[in-house]
Amino acid sequence: MLGTPIALDSLRRAVIEAGATGVAPWSTNAIECRLPREEITALADRLAMLGVSCQFLAAADTRATGGDFTLAYVFAPTRLSPAVNVLVAVPSAAACFPSLATRSFAASRFEREIHDLFGLVPQGHPDLRRLALHQYWPEGYHPLRRDTGPRTDFVDAGEPFPFRHVEGEGIFEITVGPVHAGIIEPGHFRFSVEGETIVNLETRLGFVHKGTEKLFEGLPFDQAPALAERISGDTSLGHVLAFCQALEALAGCPVPPRAGWLRIVLLELERIYNHVGDVGMIINDTGFSFGHAHCFRIREELLRLNERLTGHRLLRGAVVPGGVTGPIVTASLPEAATTVEKLVAEFVEIARLCLDNTTVLERLQGTGRLSPSTATEMQVVGLIGRASGIDADVRRDVPFAAYGEVEVRVPLYETGDVWARTMVRIDEAREAARLIRTTAGHGVEEATQVRLPPLTAGTHAVGLVEAWRGPIWHWVRAAGPASLDRVKVVDPSFRNWPALEYAVLKNIVPDFPLCNKSFNLSYSGNDL
Amino acid sequence: MIADIGVAVGQVLVVGMGAPLLVGVLRTLKARLVGRRGPSPWQPYADLRKLLGKEVVVSTTTSWVFRATPYVLVATTLVTALIVPVSSARPPLAFAGNIILLVYLFMLGTFFLALAGLDAGSAFGGMGSSRGVAVAALAEPTIIVAVFALALRADTIDLGLVVERFGQEPWLAANPAHLLAFAAFFIVMLAETGRLPVDNPATHLELTMIHEAMVLEYSGRYLALVEWAGAMKLFLFMTLLANLFVPWGLTGPAGPGAVLLGLLALAAKLAVLTGAVAVLETTVAKLRLFRVPELLAGSFALAFLSLMAVILFR
Repeated sequence: MLGTPIALDSLRRAVIEAGATGVAPWSTNAIECRLPREEITALADRLAMLGVSCQFLAAADTRATGGDFTLAYVFAPTRLSPAVNVLVAVPSAAACFPSLATRSFAASRFEREIHDLFGLVPQGHPDLRRLALHQYWPEGYHPLRRDTGPRTDFVDAGEPFPFRHVEGEGIFEITVGPVHAGIIEPGHFRFSVEGETIVNLETRLGFVHKGTEKLFEGLPFDQAPALAERISGDTSLGHVLAFCQALEALAGCPVPPRAGWLRIVLLELERIYNHVGDVGMIINDTGFSFGHAHCFRIREELLRLNERLTGHRLLRGAVVPGGVTGPIVTASLPEAATTVEKLVAEFVEIARLCLDNTTVLERLQGTGRLSPSTATEMQVVGLIGRASGIDADVRRDVPFAAYGEVEVRVPLYETGDVWARTMVRIDEAREAARLIRTTAGHGVEEATQVRLPPLTAGTHAVGLVEAWRGPIWHWVRAAGPASLDRVKVVDPSFRNWPALEYAVLKNIVPDFPLCNKSFNLSYSGNDL
Repeated sequence: MIADIGVAVGQVLVVGMGAPLLVGVLRTLKARLVGRRGPSPWQPYADLRKLLGKEVVVSTTTSWVFRATPYVLVATTLVTALIVPVSSARPPLAFAGNIILLVYLFMLGTFFLALAGLDAGSAFGGMGSSRGVAVAALAEPTIIVAVFALALRADTIDLGLVVERFGQEPWLAANPAHLLAFAAFFIVMLAETGRLPVDNPATHLELTMIHEAMVLEYSGRYLALVEWAGAMKLFLFMTLLANLFVPWGLTGPAGPGAVLLGLLALAAKLAVLTGAVAVLETTVAKLRLFRVPELLAGSFALAFLSLMAVILFR
């Protein structure tokens, strides 16, 4: 499917043949339409033949305005362009819809989440165990329905979560977490092992469910970007950028060109400091403390640079709806680019020293293999995908900010092991430094911010950003001129967590931390 | 008589008090080697004092084994401290035991530690115990064979006499067997004391641990004892390595001057060894768990070759 571009026209033809109405352009290289809910599986099959599958699914409680719930599907090929946005109405009287779980792995996850949070039943879904809500949430409590208020009567029902159970001679279960020895977020890992070999792993997340999407509904409008920045601390910029892009798309208001260039600088700064830290952590998990000490020294320098440029070590407060603000507007970017280049060159040197050590290399190669076929079936996204042969990068494929005006080189590895994921990070950090240098000199002294016009109630839009982990989606629906009634956030972690369960199979237990670190998925971004 | 008691007490004090410093110096050196400032070499003393002052939390599922193990560990290492030639070639308890007793005193500690790991019933303890026992079972024959290679050369299995003989006739050491046995013993020391590349003493990752997983359930006073015994074990293994293979500075009958000389020589030798271990731990990554048996099999092969060399070149 990759490599053969799909024409938007063939998508248009497919949706019209499937019975869609109101087919209209949506954004560049995307259309939107409405479809009766019974037709969704037929459409999915039709689109599958074109190599297009479900990439995104959000539900919204629109009973107050239309009397029905709304499902918003985005069907697109792996490279996310061209895309078709399909709106499906689900009447509250019969709160169910046909499941696409057996057709798209991503859809199966979205549907489970919708089942928990909206109480809409995906019919034919093979695994409707709870995903987002834990056992102590009362039956029939669906927090994202608009008429659901806060509740405090949470009691532990005493029912354990129905994990997949492996039985057999010598099979031993190891339970890890949700509280861990290191300073990491909570998640439960249940291993079934035969000796030291992992035969099954099941992760249970949701321990840091914060009701983020519910918070967006009631929060004063000017505070919403700050909430977006706090969805996942290490991806502050990626999330706020996706959120702001969605608002700007809703308002139909492009940002000034200089803001686009500055957004590239900011997003790449976030990518570099995370990749440098990750490589350090991966090396540390092999017991090679040299790499860890130096990567973290470099990461600290990068964080200090972030603080000089934006006033915040994690780049918060710089991206706002309508553009970019803060010290970066007046900062000398060529100077910053020189600092970044120096630090990244040092990082590459450190990484080379570590990977030249055969004892380190031996731990990384062949460990935690996620084969390209498994990765494709599981619709893995972002850097994990690029380490497993999936050639997709939103920066290049669906350019946002000013990425359309620069060339983005996307690294690609086929082996899908810890080594490949390390190499993708090193290559991307290098490329990010180059992008910062390329964009540093653009449009000095131009405006960086515009005022957004009021929003139109009932309209919806998507902000899509390639953050350091992978694509972040923010789907927003306006409730009034300055309020939103639904914000659906998809962090790449949500898409990639299940792939870890497959990558570790047939590995040994002591190699799990290494596999996990090489994925480095966000718990907070998954749990929302 | 009183002098003998003095030597015995002195030796236990040197091992008991010196061990945390050895661990501290090793940590500081490792930190400096990767460009960090690192903690002070005296940090382990502060850690032990802190742990001694903390309350002990013990799982309700444990038996007496769990409570007894820290004391067994400390007791066996302290007795071992009296058998190993630390400051002179006549260790205080030399009459009571030889190389074989020494090896099995260490093994007794390991045995109890493995039981204690299982006792609390947590998945990590069991995992650590199974790994720990696997490593110990592979390391044990190497120690015996390596030390026997030396004993055969010196015609005695009394540790003190081996040291004395090599001290008096240094040309005995000019033999390939000596070098091979040293290499074998060095690898086993790393495995037995939970150092890289076998185990990572600095990790917080439960799933990768060996020694640390077995002691994961310990807290407070018990943990202090376990840590202290671990430090003493490292000290004793390094002392054995230093004094058995390079017996300079150790004399037979102990006088105050000779003991002092022996201690100074030991300090110098330990400093060199600690440096070597720090450099090694900085330049290698941890081995994949299933490579550990290969490493230990290699060390056994070295020890065995050493024994053969002794017999052939006699």
